[in-house]
Amino acid sequence: MAPGERWKLVAAWLVVGIPAAWGVAQVIAKSMALFR
Amino acid sequence: MALLSFLDRDRTIAPAGFSRWRVPPAALAIHLAIGQAYAFSVFNLPLSTLKGITSRAPGDWALTTIGWIFSVAIVFLGLSAFTFGRWLEQAGPRKAMLASAACFGGGFLVAALGVQLHEFWLVVLGYGVIGGIGLGLGYISPVSTLIKWFPDRPGMATGMAIMGFGGGAMIGSPLAVALMERFRTPTSMGVSETFVVMGIAYFVFMMFGAFTVRLPAPGWAPSLPRGEGALRRAPVAAGGDVHVDRAIRTPQFWLLWAVLCLNVTAGIGVLGQASPMIQEMFPGTIGAGAAAGFVGLLSLANMAGRFAWSSASDHLGRKRTYMIYFALGAVLYASIPATGRAGSVVLFVGFYAVIMSMYGGGFATIPAYLRDEFGTMHVGAIHGRLLTAWSLAGVAGPVLVNYLREYQIGRGVAPRDAYSVTMYLMAALLVLGFAANWFVRPVGAEHHFARGAGRDPVPLRDGRH
Repeated sequence: MAPGERWKLVAAWLVVGIPAAWGVAQVIAKSMALFR
Repeated sequence: MALLSFLDRDRTIAPAGFSRWRVPPAALAIHLAIGQAYAFSVFNLPLSTLKGITSRAPGDWALTTIGWIFSVAIVFLGLSAFTFGRWLEQAGPRKAMLASAACFGGGFLVAALGVQLHEFWLVVLGYGVIGGIGLGLGYISPVSTLIKWFPDRPGMATGMAIMGFGGGAMIGSPLAVALMERFRTPTSMGVSETFVVMGIAYFVFMMFGAFTVRLPAPGWAPSLPRGEGALRRAPVAAGGDVHVDRAIRTPQFWLLWAVLCLNVTAGIGVLGQASPMIQEMFPGTIGAGAAAGFVGLLSLANMAGRFAWSSASDHLGRKRTYMIYFALGAVLYASIPATGRAGSVVLFVGFYAVIMSMYGGGFATIPAYLRDEFGTMHVGAIHGRLLTAWSLAGVAGPVLVNYLREYQIGRGVAPRDAYSVTMYLMAALLVLGFAANWFVRPVGAEHHFARGAGRDPVPLRDGRH
């Protein structure tokens, strides 16, 4: 792996991972209504 | 000019030391954005009260009319994937992703103008036609690129991207609700402002994908931890490359077209009915809130299935994986009426979650199946042509389910029992899909692309040659 590549890799995954995790958390919270 | 040359296919070739694991985030940026389309229904009610605000007023659009916006978008997804699939193989992923971002983001802006002027045709032109073209370009471009980067795990790679499409609604839906609440005033539903913000935000997000995507350098191969073991272990190695024009004349293409069409038809119709269905099958037990939770759970199963099943297909083999989708899906669909009669919500939800995971898995595994059959040369273009099956299923599935239900209720069948026949019909569709998959055989060598014939320069510039 080229120098600095690791940081670019982490940054790229954070850019898409943060909104995706927020969206999944919203749906999980909504799904909980099924078990209440 | 410098910016334009930056978009060229040759300028997207990865330098030495580039990690291929940076390509999935680029693909996900596109798919998470365009997956918003699945959440368009969140705009249905606000769009139906643009004039009356608190309730429908004369001149407000009917819900059935608004439903056409999403349908047109899905039809144009298929049409643009069909039409531009070949172009994107030549232009490269960066240009295709930029075009996708411009169409998808720009479509929102045109639709915002349509909402502001209360011109329905402008909303359809913006979100349905222009946005739909962006959907088609954005759907196939990253998939084709990932297949080239992950020859050892094509199922996992495409599953990751297509999982993003399933997950896009999870971001798009709460984002739209939050923005509409922010922009809502006593005289406005806040829809046009929301469209503008979402159009710009999605354009920027997709541009991240366009600027970070890379193609493998010529001759590049993944360094595998155990030599070439992983490649040799793959149950179905890629065959020779087949030209897109040749591919659509093979029975394998049309069998896979039927496989996708039947799998999607069986899932999509029932997915749209999920909320009323669980409430009518368990009256007094499941209310509207719990039903919304059920729909959310199905979305999660759909998304997770895209990655899990597609990754599993790298080990099981593509044909065997589809056998599981169709056989297990048919058994589960046929068993659902019994879970309703037994009053078991847990079994009903569990069976449905597995069915939806396989519905998503069907979408995610098909590009790798195409790669096994037709090679990687024109896999994006072939995938684009196969997606017409989705366009047909997107219209046929809901029509079939709704018509059958209305027909039965019209003949005096109780609403709760009317779902039983629908489930048996879905099971029958999956049995047909099982048969179509059964007949898929490797493509004959006579269809393989003759290298050096001077017919197509694209494969020769491709990373794997």
